[in-house]
Amino acid sequence: MISLTDVSKSYPGGVTALASVSLEIRRGELVAIVGPSGSGKSTMLNTIGTLDRPSGGTVRIDGYDVSKLSDNQLSALRGTRIGFVFQHFHLAAKVSALDNVADGLLYSGLPLSERRRRARAALDRVGLGHRIDHEPHELSGGERQRVAIARAVAGDPPLVLADEPTGALDSVSGAGVMELLHDLHGSGTTIVIITHDREIAGSLPRQVRMRDGRIVADSAALTGVA
Amino acid sequence: MTAPLAAARMRPRDVMRVGAVGLRTRPMRAFLSALGIAIGIAAMIGVVGISSSSGAELDRQLSALGTNLLTVSSGQTILGEEAKMPVDAEAMIERIGPVQAVSAIGEIPQAKVYRSEQIAAAQTGGLTTYAVRLDLPEVLGATLRSGTWLNAATQTYPAVVLGATTAERLGVSAAGPDAQVVIGGERFTVVGILEPVALASDLDTGALVGWPIAEDVLDYDGHPTTLYTRADETRMEAVRSVLAGTANPEASNEVDISRPSDALAAKQATEQAFTGLLLGVGAVALIVGGVGVANTMVISVLERRSEIGLRRSLGATRGQIRTQFLAESLLLSAMGGAGGVCIGAVVTTGYAVYKGWPTIIPAEATAGGLAATLLIGAVAGLYPAIRASRLSPTEALATP
Repeated sequence: MISLTDVSKSYPGGVTALASVSLEIRRGELVAIVGPSGSGKSTMLNTIGTLDRPSGGTVRIDGYDVSKLSDNQLSALRGTRIGFVFQHFHLAAKVSALDNVADGLLYSGLPLSERRRRARAALDRVGLGHRIDHEPHELSGGERQRVAIARAVAGDPPLVLADEPTGALDSVSGAGVMELLHDLHGSGTTIVIITHDREIAGSLPRQVRMRDGRIVADSAALTGVA
Repeated sequence: MTAPLAAARMRPRDVMRVGAVGLRTRPMRAFLSALGIAIGIAAMIGVVGISSSSGAELDRQLSALGTNLLTVSSGQTILGEEAKMPVDAEAMIERIGPVQAVSAIGEIPQAKVYRSEQIAAAQTGGLTTYAVRLDLPEVLGATLRSGTWLNAATQTYPAVVLGATTAERLGVSAAGPDAQVVIGGERFTVVGILEPVALASDLDTGALVGWPIAEDVLDYDGHPTTLYTRADETRMEAVRSVLAGTANPEASNEVDISRPSDALAAKQATEQAFTGLLLGVGAVALIVGGVGVANTMVISVLERRSEIGLRRSLGATRGQIRTQFLAESLLLSAMGGAGGVCIGAVVTTGYAVYKGWPTIIPAEATAGGLAATLLIGAVAGLYPAIRASRLSPTEALATP
């Protein structure tokens, strides 16, 4: 599903965020990328999410070599294959949960009625079927993140990338969100979660530890899962 | 191994929906920046509309008054003295073939007009006494506001018809036996008050008395000072060329000929030039409005970086982000343009109704104004939209 080969990323001014990273993540895995802030894990997520192009190396997502795709094709790749979940939810204010989720399908070419139908189904799936008309400010933090997850999965992407999904939540809501992500994994979605929380990372089947732009430990390599 | 990827096109309806997002979430700002455009468009529509309405009124007036009136007035001699037309000038002009009607007035400079005997002699009020022929109203198309015109009987008595301005200055509101003014030291009864005379505005400041009474009481010498001639519309130039020689065969150079409808049209042309100037002011207002829209859009893009990043992560292409902000800018200025056309139309209608003119809101001006707003919206939105689309998704998402 994800294949990074010798991927490096450096920014103007000599900052190296990723230094020759190689990583394989197979379809259906649930992986934690864990590390302190500044370890390059966010850059890693942006690179996997094709939001950023690497300075060197090869990134393949679902078989596509990212460096060979145009902006238009990359956008289509993100729209159809990848769902994003952010720490700060990024929900539109004054817009109902239903339309926030339906907006996740805006660039899919589906008509509005179909987008709303799928959004309703996605909200049911995250247990917010009764909250579809609520606007973000009427929802709790945990509920907002559930809406954001519903938006990420409304188009049934094979890959979901979550950037500190519990970072802005209390522990109870955070546990609920993690449970939801586990459920999604159970239904076959590949999930990559970025976190600095070792406890959360420890609850996932595979952990990739990063420091200073390098992978310092990969539990799959130890147990031989990969 | 892998199928080719292509981003789906957005439906026009979705483009509109997404373009309206910024307007829905910040309605006050949208309203204010649309207002800038609206004021510019309203100014332009108003100027064009009022000028067209006034032009239509002039056309109406001219067709009602006729453009076939020629005015013959005594000018000056070579030595710079007041020239006099012969007493029988009127009769001579009547003999010109295409002339349909002729009427005359004679200025009586020594007969001053006062409200009563108590008024100081120096306070003449800029009013002039004229001896007039009975057929003057027909020839000039003049109408009375109050009372009656002179007739064969009253023209031999101290009876006067006041011009519109004269009546106002003297404070005479209605004709009647009680309304009397003093002309040349004699009391005259006001039998009528004229409406303003479009083709002979001199009469508005005049006091008009009958020819016989003027000669009897006011020491009038009987020489006409201005002759009003209606002639066959198709032969105006021919009439005009012989008019001076006919009116004063001995000194045709001492006669001035004019066509009052030309003067009205010339006045209209001056107003047109002024309209051009105002239109320029309106255009400046419109451009300022466009700058306001551009400013709003630039701020909007800065504020909505995270939204842009989110949309990119949801699969929006650069082009779709660009389209979104361009659509927002176009919607904003189209709203302003539509509002401005409405305001301009209301202003024009209100002013025309107030003035008693026919209301004309030129369709070309409306269409042109709307086209201009769309153009301005596109130009104003282009730079912010391109900036939004060039934003790197990771950078956009990093801003909270």
